[in-house]
Amino acid sequence: MPKDVTDVICPFCGTLCDDLIVTVSDDNKTILGVKNACAIGAEKFNHQRLPGRVTRPRMRQADGTFKEVSYDEAIDWTAKMLVKSRKTLMYGWASTSCQAMSIGHEIAEKVGGIVDNCATVCHGSSLIAIEDVGVPSCTLGEVKNRADRVIFWGCNPAHAHPRHMSRYSIFPRGFFTVKGHKGRKIYCVDCRYTDTAKCADEFIQVQQGYDYELLNAFRTAARGEALPDTVGGVPKEKIIEIVEDLKQARFGIIFFGMGLTHSMGRNHNIDIAINLTRDMNDFTKFAIMAMRGHWNVTGSGQVLGWQYGFPYAVDLSRRDQARHQTGETTSVDLLNRSEVEACFYIATDPGAHFPVDAMISSSRKPTVTIDPHIQCTTEISDLHIPVAMVGVETGGCAYRMDNVPIETRKVVEPPEGMLTDEQLLTRINHRVDELLAKGGA
Amino acid sequence: MNTVTLTVKNAPELFLECENVNTDAFAGKKADQIAKLGAFQGKEITTLGDYFTITGEAGATAADTKIVINGDCTKMKYIGAKMTAGEVVVNSACDMYTGSWMKGGKLVVNGDVHSFCGLAMAGGEFTINGNAGNYLGAAYRGDWRGMSGGVLRVKGNAGSDVATFMTGGEMIIEGNVDIHLGTHMEGGKIILKGNANRRVGGQLVKGEIYVFGSINVMMPGYKPVRDVELEVDGTKAKFTEYLGDLGERHPKRKGETVYGHLYMKQ
Ligand code: SF4
Repeated sequence: MPKDVTDVICPFCGTLCDDLIVTVSDDNKTILGVKNACAIGAEKFNHQRLPGRVTRPRMRQADGTFKEVSYDEAIDWTAKMLVKSRKTLMYGWASTSCQAMSIGHEIAEKVGGIVDNCATVCHGSSLIAIEDVGVPSCTLGEVKNRADRVIFWGCNPAHAHPRHMSRYSIFPRGFFTVKGHKGRKIYCVDCRYTDTAKCADEFIQVQQGYDYELLNAFRTAARGEALPDTVGGVPKEKIIEIVEDLKQARFGIIFFGMGLTHSMGRNHNIDIAINLTRDMNDFTKFAIMAMRGHWNVTGSGQVLGWQYGFPYAVDLSRRDQARHQTGETTSVDLLNRSEVEACFYIATDPGAHFPVDAMISSSRKPTVTIDPHIQCTTEISDLHIPVAMVGVETGGCAYRMDNVPIETRKVVEPPEGMLTDEQLLTRINHRVDELLAKGGA
Repeated sequence: MNTVTLTVKNAPELFLECENVNTDAFAGKKADQIAKLGAFQGKEITTLGDYFTITGEAGATAADTKIVINGDCTKMKYIGAKMTAGEVVVNSACDMYTGSWMKGGKLVVNGDVHSFCGLAMAGGEFTINGNAGNYLGAAYRGDWRGMSGGVLRVKGNAGSDVATFMTGGEMIIEGNVDIHLGTHMEGGKIILKGNANRRVGGQLVKGEIYVFGSINVMMPGYKPVRDVELEVDGTKAKFTEYLGDLGERHPKRKGETVYGHLYMKQ
């Protein structure tokens, strides 16, 4: 008899929905169906039973093909690579558990690695802004129960975080928001008319690359100072009207995404949006939140932040100190400048997301990729070590985009004999210890 | 003043962290002692002697020491960083953090510098006879205090995020800059002889920016107030004075609000 597992956490996007129902086969080995998840979330679970999954490590041979090797061989190869390399990029972490990250960081401290996560090509600029000016934020529960003015700036949850709007930001009825959608005024600021814009009461089309100027104009208007006739294509009357409406809010929230973090000025766009939020708190209660992408990229920032004081791009190569400099210790810069000697990728796919030059540089270095599936990066690696899918075949802690930790659940057994990230990293860590005790690789 | 000459004999394979290449670290040392100072490539600890031929000897103090560096330093970081006195002349381009956290003395780079140079510089004279990268004279990541003193002069162009969080001192850029000049500035003076791309003085609280060329897009938070005749870095000219950033918080002094000033050459 197939059975239903309830309250399953979705390990796909930063919304980290916690109400999924997953039907599993009698023998606990196969997922038969997923309820409540959006299309992209359901697909993550469906991947579990796709035929052709790799279940043992694969090592690149001289002729370019892959040969299956044992976990022991793979662990030994990885540990030797890490011990030998003078500077290693250890990138990824966004799709694994916080427990696995902490073991990875222990290895990085010993081998002098540089630990970086997906924020480096995503919300890293938001993190820089937060380092510079702090952040007045809140939880998604507060948004659901209190927010009556919601601004989506340069983000498109309709596609990237499909259940965000129904669970938290537009439609739900909360304690002080009993009218649901009708009691909220939704703004969408974007350079394109997105599907999120279609759900908004008001769409403000900003000229591409003028977000900083427009946010500056909002702040200037809030202080009652004069404005030019238009800013970024938006008339000054509109800017003043919106600012006056925001001042009337009982609780306002700005959600922002790649439209701010990856357009001209990057961190400065977030910085000034945070400062607008601060200004609005002179009149009412206002908060701001990054729409974090990978389900546990926030967790990686939390664990790194707690251990070393920086949320990403943490350089431990000098071992007696942790350093962090976007532009220097960030993955793409390290690869483009060829500042590292080896690459260790886990729980992400830089091959699909990094600039081509960076990946060409990466492909020339010894590379290990730890990931449940075959993906772009595994194909340019010397060694691919498959592991169980975290949040599906093993549990572990993850942080939602609002920095709330949620323990994910195991719903099915991983394939016979397959290691989890935690088990694999623990064994690599031991092998590194052995090699260091012997005096090197 | 005693002179130590460093000549690059082995280029680093990765990037070399040269935090010991400054007058303070060299002071009171002979060539063989200097050769034993640490140099770092990732976790590998080597010595300056592995990369440089070293001749001469340092003076008793940093102030009595001059360092001349010849050869290719494009892969060397932290040259002249944290120096407090004396003189350093680099006859090459340099990598990141050159002259950062400098407190005094004179640093001359006869070439380009990469990003993060002159970070949080507090004093002394830093001259770049080439171009500079991004974050020149800015704050270190997460710090709210950029350049606070001294004179930083770039003969060529500079990148973006120049003088972010600057609180004092004087910076002169003889060429052009990219976006975000003087963002979050809280004091000090920037003289830009060339053009700026966009976003000059965004979120500026206090301080002065003089622009001889043009700005592609003016920030909405700036308002022209008057025309003034000024002498700036040896040039007499008529400027339009703007107050700003009116979107930012501003302190009050003797009951009067203190604004930042932007001067555009007419
Ligand atoms: S919105 Fe995100 S967390 Fe929720 S089901 Fe969809 S992919 Fe999963």
